[in-house]
Amino acid sequence: MNYIIIGNSVAAVGAIRGIRKIDQQGNITVISRERHIAYGRPLISYLLGGQVTEKRMAYLPEDFYENNRINLLLNSEVTGLNTKKKQVRLAGGDTITYDKLLIATGGDPFVPPIEGMAGKGKVFTFTTWDDAEKMKGLSHDIGRVVVIGGGLIGLKAAEGLHQLGKQITIVELADRILSTAFDRPAGRIVAKKMKANGIDVITEDTVVRVEGNGAEISGVTLKSGDFIPCDTVIVAIGVRPAAAFLKGSEVEVNRGIVVNDSMETNVAGVFAAGDVAEARDFFSGQKNPMPIWPDAYIQGDIAGTSMAGGEKSYSGGLSMNSLELFKVPTISMGITNPTDPKKFEILTYQDLESNQYRKIILKGDLLVGAVLVGNVERAGIFAGLIREKIDIKPFRGSLLNADFGIIHLPREVRNSLFAPYGKVA
Amino acid sequence: MKRIYTLEDVCIGCHLCEVACITEHSLSKEPVKAFLHEQFRPISRCTVEELDGGVLSLSTTCRHCDEPDCLRACISGAIQKYDNEVVRIDTEQCVGCWSCVMACPYGAIQRNLTRKKANKCDLCPDRKNPACVDACPNRALVFKEGSQK
Repeated sequence: MNYIIIGNSVAAVGAIRGIRKIDQQGNITVISRERHIAYGRPLISYLLGGQVTEKRMAYLPEDFYENNRINLLLNSEVTGLNTKKKQVRLAGGDTITYDKLLIATGGDPFVPPIEGMAGKGKVFTFTTWDDAEKMKGLSHDIGRVVVIGGGLIGLKAAEGLHQLGKQITIVELADRILSTAFDRPAGRIVAKKMKANGIDVITEDTVVRVEGNGAEISGVTLKSGDFIPCDTVIVAIGVRPAAAFLKGSEVEVNRGIVVNDSMETNVAGVFAAGDVAEARDFFSGQKNPMPIWPDAYIQGDIAGTSMAGGEKSYSGGLSMNSLELFKVPTISMGITNPTDPKKFEILTYQDLESNQYRKIILKGDLLVGAVLVGNVERAGIFAGLIREKIDIKPFRGSLLNADFGIIHLPREVRNSLFAPYGKVA
Repeated sequence: MKRIYTLEDVCIGCHLCEVACITEHSLSKEPVKAFLHEQFRPISRCTVEELDGGVLSLSTTCRHCDEPDCLRACISGAIQKYDNEVVRIDTEQCVGCWSCVMACPYGAIQRNLTRKKANKCDLCPDRKNPACVDACPNRALVFKEGSQK
């Protein structure tokens, strides 16, 4: 059996482990357009800021590729796919044949056309190790930075640059930073903290023009008409599935590559996982890209298992984010901002003075979301309650407690989690 | 694999499991030194939870899952499963992002705020039985072969 995995990040790693659990013999070829072995992609902001050394970027034990007998092709870009011949085409013109294919190419940063940006020098995106390295290398030339986009990537880029002593302004179109995960109070707490540390956060506005002569940037003009002087622009609006090479192939691409619960695409034998895929959402059942790290691993594992002939089914993507900025930890998961609040019940506790905020979102007797700021201790218990669809009626009153824990769950749930089976001698 | 299980009916809420855990993971491995004199006192990897003033109590700890949610969420690769059994955190590799805290449905990962590192049960690699199990005066903790849940 010949497996090909395009991409070499967390979804690929999940898939390799998934395949090898079942099939120790088959040939696995991993093709990556990057020059690095698998690295902790979210660590690039730590690398930029200097809290992590290059050595610590490696995501896997040193002997991982060897132990799993991976044929690793780095610096190789896949440019085309022929599903009839079961071949992928590489940039140099070579083709490789597969029996089972996994597309785990992740996302490409989305860079909208902004007036005046073409031809400018210090315009960066921030999704790869090389992006971080490039920025770090030019650090002495960077003074004032405008970050376009207050999502996870933008905030992390801002944090890294702040550690290098740069002056930063974040411009976010929504009414709060991290709008997909945070609600207003959580966004406000973190934005306040950032401002206190010298990072400007501008919301409900966007960059319409990059100003300057030649390659030099002198500032940006916002939709509101304001001008912000800067010499560097980071575009962190979001990522788009890296699926351009599938043009002309039969693989169905919507907002991502559409997959079923085995992570298989509409073409038999071709699978997709991670940021490039569009799989079922945990709550709605609708297909949705879910570009978060843990989900990419889970999807990769399911894809690998399915490719090797095993059976495992995706339980649906559940969004979750853990982000700590300026010593304020935040964890959010599930539905945090219901579009139709009438259908939900929302419990909150807040003490904004000490940066504490807790929000629980219920639908009937089920927990569907949580936002925790400050006290994030044991947040995963909430994730478990969501995933396992535990009836919260018996302990509804304890959900906002700072020390909410296993002990508040019904006895049979506690015992199913922690009690021994059978005779205890 | 062998795992630590809890019999909540016989737990007396004495917290000796936590004391034993802290001691075992200290430099001196002596309780008084560990609690009073060492610069970085470890934090316990098991958590005794109590309700109604201690009428109900139980000690919770890592399940060393077959498919650990913490490992899958870990962005630095600090969490690995070894020999298909014990799940450990490489503290040097940990960046303190708390993704594992977000993911673990058992609430079995602690935040060490002084060192900004995640902290979890390692099943006491230097011992035959985990220290918490040996320390429990009422045998409320059981170390035996079993599944994750």
